[in-house]
Amino acid sequence: MMVPLEWYLILSAALFCIGAYAVLARRNAIAILMGIELMLNAVNVNLVAFWRHLEPAGATGQAFALFVYVVAAAEAAVGLALIIAIWRSRDTVVLEEVDLLKG
Amino acid sequence: MEEIQPILFVIFGLITLGAALQVVTRRNIFHAALFLILTFFGIAGLYVLLEAPFLAAVQLFIYVGGIAILIVFAIMLTRRMASPELDPVNRQWWIGAIAAVALFAVLGLVLLGHDWGQAAGSVPEDSIQLLGRTLLDPEGFVLPFEVASVLLLVALIGAVTIARERR
Repeated sequence: MMVPLEWYLILSAALFCIGAYAVLARRNAIAILMGIELMLNAVNVNLVAFWRHLEPAGATGQAFALFVYVVAAAEAAVGLALIIAIWRSRDTVVLEEVDLLKG
Repeated sequence: MEEIQPILFVIFGLITLGAALQVVTRRNIFHAALFLILTFFGIAGLYVLLEAPFLAAVQLFIYVGGIAILIVFAIMLTRRMASPELDPVNRQWWIGAIAAVALFAVLGLVLLGHDWGQAAGSVPEDSIQLLGRTLLDPEGFVLPFEVASVLLLVALIGAVTIARERR
């Protein structure tokens, strides 16, 4: 038997919510970035599962997943560079202590 | 092979979700990064189950080989702040937890309440060739493909510029 589509959807929903919790609750900026990576991965699992179950003869779902990879790589590179820059100038990676723009 | 697919799904799913939970709950940020790598491995297994071997390989190359190593480097460079006595979650963590659980409840209700139809046939033998042709096809994704390469170049230069030591 093939694994039903719903199983994949529930799994990726759970993965997305775990990532969202990390983004909302963690203090370390790197941990927040990890949460974002988890959420992007959940989206990719969704895209590939939909491709496999609804349109396996095409390639659109996989192509979309590849573009998500590109965005994830760019986001990780720039995000980590920002974290290192903040750490250099303010000596912290705890986002609550980075309040330059706070009125 | 067909019969053991649900078993493999459960194994990979448990690896993925268990490791993801460890990522968000570990105090030590370095351990969290290692569990993040395990999560990526579990997801690569799911791609193999979904008959997308190219994406499974890309998952290992980009995430395990690239992004995870980048994160480990960033942790090393900001090592001092990863001290264990630092509280890992902020004051509103319980609101975040409630929001995440509520989101999951809503998503679960919607996903299970909808009829997604039956699986439509099997994956063609040449699905990887088809993916390559689709990416470079003027009727397909060649414009997003080129824009993606420009985006990667901009991100590369931007990351170097931002993280460079000012004098």
